[in-house]
Amino acid sequence: MKALLIGEYRQGKLLDSTFELFGFAAQLGGETAFLLVGDETRLPACDGPLYLAEAAECGEYNPDLHKQLILQAVARENPDFIVFVHSSYGWDLAPRVAARLKAAQVSEVIGLTDGGFEVGCCNAKMRRTVKPSTARAVLTIQAGAFPARQPNGTPRIQRLAATGNGGLEFVGYEPAEAKDVDLTRAEVIVSAGRGVGKKENVPVIAALARALGGELGASRPVVDAGWIEHSHQVGTTGQTVSPRLYVACGISGAIQHLAGMKKSDFIVAINKDKDAPIGEIADVLVVADVMQFVPALTARLQR
Amino acid sequence: MKILVCIKQVPDMESRFKANSQGVWFEETDLAFRMNEYDEYAVEQAVQLKEQLGDAPEVTVLSIGPDRVVEAIKKALAMGCDRGVHVQDPAAATRDPWQIASIIASHAGDKGYDLILTGMQSQDRGSAQVGVTVAEELGYACATTLVGFAFSDGTVTAKRELEGGIKGVVRLRTPALVTCQLGLNVPRYPTLPNIMKAKKKEIQTIAVAELLKEEPLATTVSFHPPARKGGGIVLEGDVGVLVDQLLGILKDKTAVLR
Repeated sequence: MKALLIGEYRQGKLLDSTFELFGFAAQLGGETAFLLVGDETRLPACDGPLYLAEAAECGEYNPDLHKQLILQAVARENPDFIVFVHSSYGWDLAPRVAARLKAAQVSEVIGLTDGGFEVGCCNAKMRRTVKPSTARAVLTIQAGAFPARQPNGTPRIQRLAATGNGGLEFVGYEPAEAKDVDLTRAEVIVSAGRGVGKKENVPVIAALARALGGELGASRPVVDAGWIEHSHQVGTTGQTVSPRLYVACGISGAIQHLAGMKKSDFIVAINKDKDAPIGEIADVLVVADVMQFVPALTARLQR
Repeated sequence: MKILVCIKQVPDMESRFKANSQGVWFEETDLAFRMNEYDEYAVEQAVQLKEQLGDAPEVTVLSIGPDRVVEAIKKALAMGCDRGVHVQDPAAATRDPWQIASIIASHAGDKGYDLILTGMQSQDRGSAQVGVTVAEELGYACATTLVGFAFSDGTVTAKRELEGGIKGVVRLRTPALVTCQLGLNVPRYPTLPNIMKAKKKEIQTIAVAELLKEEPLATTVSFHPPARKGGGIVLEGDVGVLVDQLLGILKDKTAVLR
């Protein structure tokens, strides 16, 4: 069995998430080959072929060219699996490669089972086991689902090149918005999710944060709805935090939010849905209406 | 200009899910269905573009599934789409993303859509494959995970959401397909007059057999709840009692309350 792992590179750097591919490959077993559109300054020390194309020539984000490069490596290696991280790079590129190869794609794999690949569904509340029917399959693995692993070998570097314009033109990066709230230093964070109901209820959550001497955090939907500013957002596209106490109020627990707070020392979730995925990682799940429970808790703390 | 929006109808995610008799997907009885949240942003962006271009583009909304999906199509029409296409498929839930994409591609193949919009993923399957695969099959330029969209002179300027809050800006010439991320815009609520107007709009029904020529490439063999991690305490009951219980635990287990 052989897996072709596709590394990620952005703003002149190999991304750390790349090493999770090696963690996944170790569980999968068999040989690996690696492909990166990047540069040679920091390459993983993996055994086997390492296909390298220059980002200076092929672009950091140019899915049509990167697809061509991957297809070249597939033709030479004949891998059983082509593996990406399920990220803005991987979920964008993987279906293009899969379509050209007419290979099954299994998205956002979180585990391996006898019957196939384990993936989340229904907003992470449920799981599916998916089995590819094609001899070759494209996989994307969920960020954080497999341990990062630094390989310890000697790569055989093979250069790849591709030309052409592709269907889109990359203009540039826009930096993340300045963070006027540094949640990464907070000892206590009390976050509001969609379950708080409406913008007018946010001060109730903020009051609990103050009563606990902490900061106000937010999940993505309440930021998108304009209830709380983006600088308070916790998660993949916001801040990654690890306070001593994290209180999730009315947050269902989308994987992108969990990725940003699961390293907190102690997690309390308040949710009226007993099956909400936040319950998977919470130390305490309080099954209650946020707008009844939180004011009662704040009042008791202030007494 | 012709625009296509592809939408899916999904269950309310606050529902309790249980496996169907085959054990490979959820049992639909007792579930309330609504438009996939990501697709609401795709519909809104299409309608905003139509407004920007002085009502000139024709916006078609397409959904695949049993008769219940007509409700989602009607909502999109009430938001401002012009016409609906219902691909009648009682077995849509058994299709893999490759088949769903092939149905859309075979519908769109000869229609000459300049722009196709989809949500970046569905809330129930979450594979994030269908939109990109449609673009690949049609040979359209494609950008995913849009949190910004601008259109002028046949060019889409798209802002893609990357990890850590960074954005990547790309330009695509039409024909193009884009997939929409949450927060791209503010999807409108259909007003009563627009709901009434939408009742007069045409919804074309096409049997799936006319469009589906592909076998699935992957099979779901099991649908089940996650294994419980264990260790977490679940508190239920009277709010006053819950507050006491929680404070007791916090005093015991954390150094936050002194």
